[in-house]
Amino acid sequence: MSMAGQLDLSGTRSQILRRQSSRKASNIFAGVVISICTLIVLIPLFAIFYYLISKGISSINLEFFTQSFKPIGETGGGMLHAIVGTLEMVGLASVIGVLLGVSGGIFLAEYREHKLVPWISLVSDVLSGIPAIVMGLVVYAMIVLTSKHYSGLAGALALGFLMVPIVVRTTEEVLKLVPSTIREAGLALGLPKWKVTLSVILPAATSGIVTGVMLAVARVSGEAAPLIFTAFGNNNFNADPRDPMAAMPLSIYQYAISPFPEWHRLANAGALVLIIMVFSATLIARVATRQRK
Amino acid sequence: MTASTPQKVILSAQDVAIYYGTKDAVRHVNLDVVSNTVNALIGPSGCGKTTFLRAINRMHDVTPNTRVTGKILLEGEDIYAADQDPVTIRRRIGMVFQKPNPFPTMSIYDNVASGLKLAGVRDRKILDGIVEQSLRQAALWEEVKDRLKTPATGLSGGQQQRLCIARALAVQPEILLMDEPTSALDPQSTARIEDLLGELKKDVTILIVTHNMQQAARVSDTTSFFLIGDLVEHGPTDQIFTNPKDKRTEGYITGRFG
Amino acid sequence: MTERIKAPPTRLGSGGDKVFRGIIIFLALCIVAIFVLSIYQLVSGGWETFSKYGLGFFFTSGWSPAKDSYAALSFIASTVLTSVLALIIAVPLAVASAIFITEYAPKWLAEPVSYLVELLAAIPSVIYGLWAIFVMAPIIQGWQLQILQNPQLNAIPLLHVDIPSGRGLITAVLILAIMVIPYTASISRDVIRLVPRDQREAAYALGATKWEVIWKAILPYARAGILGGVILSLGRALGETMAVAMVIGNRAALPTSIFDATATLASVIASEFGESGGLQLSSLIALGFILFLLSLVVNFTARAIIAKLTPEGIKV
Repeated sequence: MSMAGQLDLSGTRSQILRRQSSRKASNIFAGVVISICTLIVLIPLFAIFYYLISKGISSINLEFFTQSFKPIGETGGGMLHAIVGTLEMVGLASVIGVLLGVSGGIFLAEYREHKLVPWISLVSDVLSGIPAIVMGLVVYAMIVLTSKHYSGLAGALALGFLMVPIVVRTTEEVLKLVPSTIREAGLALGLPKWKVTLSVILPAATSGIVTGVMLAVARVSGEAAPLIFTAFGNNNFNADPRDPMAAMPLSIYQYAISPFPEWHRLANAGALVLIIMVFSATLIARVATRQRK
Repeated sequence: MTASTPQKVILSAQDVAIYYGTKDAVRHVNLDVVSNTVNALIGPSGCGKTTFLRAINRMHDVTPNTRVTGKILLEGEDIYAADQDPVTIRRRIGMVFQKPNPFPTMSIYDNVASGLKLAGVRDRKILDGIVEQSLRQAALWEEVKDRLKTPATGLSGGQQQRLCIARALAVQPEILLMDEPTSALDPQSTARIEDLLGELKKDVTILIVTHNMQQAARVSDTTSFFLIGDLVEHGPTDQIFTNPKDKRTEGYITGRFG
Repeated sequence: MTERIKAPPTRLGSGGDKVFRGIIIFLALCIVAIFVLSIYQLVSGGWETFSKYGLGFFFTSGWSPAKDSYAALSFIASTVLTSVLALIIAVPLAVASAIFITEYAPKWLAEPVSYLVELLAAIPSVIYGLWAIFVMAPIIQGWQLQILQNPQLNAIPLLHVDIPSGRGLITAVLILAIMVIPYTASISRDVIRLVPRDQREAAYALGATKWEVIWKAILPYARAGILGGVILSLGRALGETMAVAMVIGNRAALPTSIFDATATLASVIASEFGESGGLQLSSLIALGFILFLLSLVVNFTARAIIAKLTPEGIKV
């Protein structure tokens, strides 16, 4: 039956059969090993979830969402200050991320022949490889060192810079998926290119762009590293982005490395809330992708 | 075509050549098109007929490395003159493409209205009127009047193509270019669109590229035969099909090549 | 016959096109500006350090805020060490899971597994760190205590335990490996999916078993793409900050045992930043610049490999 067996003409029939059975055994063995490896890959996901739910869920109550930080020694308190900080900074960052990211994507996809395109494309790739903490340092040197003041705005700027390359790439890709006949149809109606791009092409690519933006939001809303030197963190409630601001990942970091069990409790609960926020954004991105198909 | 009334030349190509890079795709085409007629451009694929058609509304402007030389006069004015805006030209010279390409995110109504709406026309009454008028011209009104707000992508292929015709008509161009508009459609939809052309030419001058000689014979008043970038022969359709002057035209229409 | 409605004249010409293109190009150039600004800010922020130590900053070790004396080599070495060790653990597992998703699992299983791997990639670094502090570190502390009770084991340099804190190189490597796996896995998955069908079918037609097809037809074909993906993952690992900073122990020295506390470029920046100023601050920014260069080199290498060796450019 086996053609591979026939290839080896020197062997006797029993030798071939023996070799065949060892090939079959190694095939099964490989399948088992690969399955086990996949299981090992997934174990941390379940372990982390189990940990967060078992340690965090009991602390998630009304107080957690309505109260801010309480000083050492007092029990209770919540993470309202960090939730508000994260939402505000990610919101502001999205303005930068969407504006520069979508524009960059439009440039790469709609002006393909422009001589700057390969350069912008390269720089965008390079930016996506810059570690988040380095981006934090850059904004620190740029904003905080010159203004001598930590601020939510500086944090938002760092997060926004991190969003840009992600949004550029997805925007470019989905715009390139819009058939060129649609562009031509718009132009043939006597509409200028900018109008066709904004009113015909972009709407056709919206769900894809939303996917990219939500992926970027999911990524940066979990970032603590770039905020250490920019938003700095703030144990008091502050909604003014001109002043130092708390953020979920930053507070989780600060509480987790502290020696106080009461803070650890908040860190665990905060982590559970943060992961739900991040996964929701990922889910929205996925749903938007599915709609596109 | 009735020869009794004197008709004006609306479009005139004078020594038009089109280059992709250094390669010439179309050479020295001279062609006059009389208003309110249907003009067929025929020839084997790769002969330059579509390339020539796209030069007429300056669609080559958006493809890099493409150059058009010579003159194309629209009512006596060269559309390639420095002071001509391609956007304005395209509003006067509309286009329908090979495959139906309705705007995917827009409703039937918005598709038809798009040319005017996106150019800034806000008057609801005018838009409503023109949408109905254009859909009637494209013989689509009866089929879609109850679902104007539904997505255009829900229509069948043949309906989509008529929608695209209505969309092109809504900006009321003087000339309508059609690039093999029925090549992606079934015979029934093709027949419907062919029937339309006779009506449409009352309002608009039509240039239609087709690979289907029967179609050219059925719908057109004049026919131009292209071969490897040259306009071989141009004349009244009857004459081209019954008594071609050029051996190559004869060879093509009798099916010896192509 | 009804009167034909005339379309109103519109004045919209192509004049706006130049303006729009100008705006788009300006905004696209802002992206370049971010990059240029990054280099400028890092170099000028670290200038005090660079001008004081010169190239010696890169090639000597001995970071001591107490003596106000700074050098980067130990951090560079530790960064590369932790990342490479993490990849050694991560890559086989990641590639195996990619093979599982693309070749073994039926569709009903491949989709959810693929999605779970994506979720793993979406977990914020700080949450990995939290879990590492409260779950992994105690386990490793348990190992350390066992070693301390066993002098023979403790005498082996690589296993030597100083302080049984549960935090150190091994903890950081393990958490880093877990974090990098989904990244490597999803690139590998995409690369393996790009292997043309005929490569598989040719091998199956010769009577090869599934494993032989994978080993002899698919993996050789996908090798370059996977290598590119691994190097991109290395770039990720080099700059990974929070989780590592939370469990590596943050000691400015090269580890000699897998349990030793050490510090990477990113972790020392994160952990010492709060109390720094003057030359120390400048040195931290200088470390950031080194990290920037390191990621740049790694990313370029990866993209060059991917662009050169894969049949179709694989977007990551």
